[in-house]
Amino acid sequence: MTKAKHGDTRTAQTLSDVSRRGFFRRVAAVATVPLTAGTMVVALTRAGNADEAVTDASRWGLFIDTTKCATGCDACVRGCNEEHGIESSARPEIDAQWIRKVVVEDTQSKHVTSLPLMCQHCADPPCVEVCPTGASFKRADGIVLVDKHTCIGCRYCMMACPYKARSFVHESLSNQKSYSPRGKGTVEGCTLCVHRLDEGQGRQPACVEACLSGGRAAMVFGDLHDPDSDIALMMAANQTTEIRADLDLDTGVRYVGI
Amino acid sequence: MSGSEPVASVATRFVELEGRGMRHSLLLAALALLVAFGLYAAHYMEQSGHHVTGMSNQVVWGLPHVFAVFLIIAASGALNVASMASVFGQAGYKPLARLSVLVAVSLLVGGLFVLVLDLGRPDRLVVALTHYNFNSIFAWNIVLYSGFVLVALFYLWTLMEGRLQKHSRFVGGLALFWRLMLTTGTGCIFGFLVARPLYHVAIMAPLFISLSLSFGLASFMLIFFAIQRFRGSRCETTMQERLAKLLSLLVWTAFCLMFAQYVFAYFSTTQGDVARFVLLSGDVYTVVFWFGQVGIGTLVPLMLLHRCKRRSNVSVVMVSAAMVVAGGFAQLYVLILAGQALPLRLFPDKVIVESSFFDGAVATYVPSVPELGLGIGGIAFALFCICTGVKVLRLLPDVRSGAGLA
Amino acid sequence: MRPSVAVALMFAFMATTAPAVEQPVLIIPESAGAQCVEATSVMRTQHMKLLFAQRDQTVHQGIRSTTHSLTNCVACHANRDAMGHSIPINGNDQFCESCHRYAGVRMDCFECHASVPDE
Repeated sequence: MTKAKHGDTRTAQTLSDVSRRGFFRRVAAVATVPLTAGTMVVALTRAGNADEAVTDASRWGLFIDTTKCATGCDACVRGCNEEHGIESSARPEIDAQWIRKVVVEDTQSKHVTSLPLMCQHCADPPCVEVCPTGASFKRADGIVLVDKHTCIGCRYCMMACPYKARSFVHESLSNQKSYSPRGKGTVEGCTLCVHRLDEGQGRQPACVEACLSGGRAAMVFGDLHDPDSDIALMMAANQTTEIRADLDLDTGVRYVGI
Repeated sequence: MSGSEPVASVATRFVELEGRGMRHSLLLAALALLVAFGLYAAHYMEQSGHHVTGMSNQVVWGLPHVFAVFLIIAASGALNVASMASVFGQAGYKPLARLSVLVAVSLLVGGLFVLVLDLGRPDRLVVALTHYNFNSIFAWNIVLYSGFVLVALFYLWTLMEGRLQKHSRFVGGLALFWRLMLTTGTGCIFGFLVARPLYHVAIMAPLFISLSLSFGLASFMLIFFAIQRFRGSRCETTMQERLAKLLSLLVWTAFCLMFAQYVFAYFSTTQGDVARFVLLSGDVYTVVFWFGQVGIGTLVPLMLLHRCKRRSNVSVVMVSAAMVVAGGFAQLYVLILAGQALPLRLFPDKVIVESSFFDGAVATYVPSVPELGLGIGGIAFALFCICTGVKVLRLLPDVRSGAGLA
Repeated sequence: MRPSVAVALMFAFMATTAPAVEQPVLIIPESAGAQCVEATSVMRTQHMKLLFAQRDQTVHQGIRSTTHSLTNCVACHANRDAMGHSIPINGNDQFCESCHRYAGVRMDCFECHASVPDE
């Protein structure tokens, strides 16, 4: 396997590199324990490496089973807030929310569903298209991020996002986490916990981890391009939908039960 | 002087603003004070963060953007007077051409003043000017706005420099093309937002062009008549009537496009909600729409300017122009704010019952003093540039006989 | 005397009679070790260039090797107070500010980045 040299900006891989790596990965993959009610131990079958550039061999996504989601539960939200040091302020309208719980009721059947809503990590993100400086960008592995070094805080991406996924930092922050820099005047949103992912230790995003430890296991994180990953298996086994499928954005987050 | 002959059958003499300048200096000082207030407001917003404004994560663009968009599209439309003179051969407008270019450039820099200072990180303007994502219409607009200033100043030079006057038609044509691109681009900033039903319509671009012509001419007329009054003179009657008639026509056109926009939206499946929200819901935007945009901004000026006798009354014309400007602010307020206040329809067959991020709820927005201060600072900056320009450059048509200076 | 000559003489006078400004003294914790990741002369002139390169690699390519990472700088160079709590690295007379104040260069990093290591 090639190791990215210092300063090497190559992100493309040849086809043979991908298939060779895929073979090694599958052989070396940690097996997934079969799903049992309430408990699931998941490891990522395709782990990254802190020293390697990410490639489009992977595409990270989330599978969310809203039938397992409970209306009163906000473990995922609390998990995310704790991980990134997101705190409430005096005015709820300006609070950052990278993930939130939404409760919806069917207009006809009155059936109530609850679901977590965050950045959908679209394959064709409107926020990336509209950003004037290119600060809002899609990484090679499909995660949509804000490069806060380049963000000028114009909030155009917030206007463009169909999911209202992004937040603007309205006040000075302190006590940021070292792995999650956040600052006044820039825009931010769900990062699928890239800081965890890039370490290559198989850690899940904070929301998924919180949901697992809460016992509901409604969220599955993984590599959509890996046919043996849990998420791919779940996608294959279930009828999933995108929110705002009419916009044709090919989101990385898919839902069951809405 | 007689009013029936067009003024510029004889070459017009252009002068700087006359007089010793005491009143002028006071005016500049007052404007500078307003600009300083605007700068302080921007500084306050930047230091504390935007939590001191009425904007939030639900309503991300507020009063500063209303001011900025108005100034930018009025800038584009204000150049129309010069375009009519140079490009369309309307000799009667030639005496106003130079002032028209100054007004256009000044309004644009005033708009940019507000837009840049409202950024979350205005200190990163250099980043904005050096990192371009050309998939973004916003990035294109940054190029268009900066380029417009250069093209317009170049156009002014061809108008003023004797040797270059033969090129003023071509450069005027270039400026006309540039400002049509600029206005279309500004409309497309909204039009390209797939997520927002009020904006994502094809009529945005022609609507913005029509609004720019109407707001731009109204702004120009207000400024020109005010300058003439300041000089103890007045606009020559034929010219005044011509401008009033033109304004009337442009207001009509803008109204027709706005009518088409809302009628289509009302009967559309995707936009029906937002159209009903604006037209009928009774929220603040409905009041601003009917009273401000339609009433003050359209119907009253049209009624006032309808009669020939009234068109020759300079006070009536100035009031009409002022109303068009006020209606313009109302229209942009409705457009920018109502488009954000209505929640996004994420689940077409469901109702959002609860959300900690205000999904499904109409967002509230209350303009704050710093935002208003910044907006006023931008207008003051534009007026400051105009007042300085007319004093140092020969842009004003010579005062003919008649009333002396007050 | 010609104006340009007068101005030149004035500056020369100011340069020679100006009070000497103290060179910054960096307080580096003992736990940081004897050697930084690069030589001092390199760091003095190149640290921003190294950080810019590192940040683009981290943000856009997910390369999080710690050699030139800002988090690593903070982890080594943030001092501790008497009770063992970390002092923000951009605080008065701390590591970054002592040189930046001398050079008159504003720092933007710690608007967003943590100025103390994670406890």
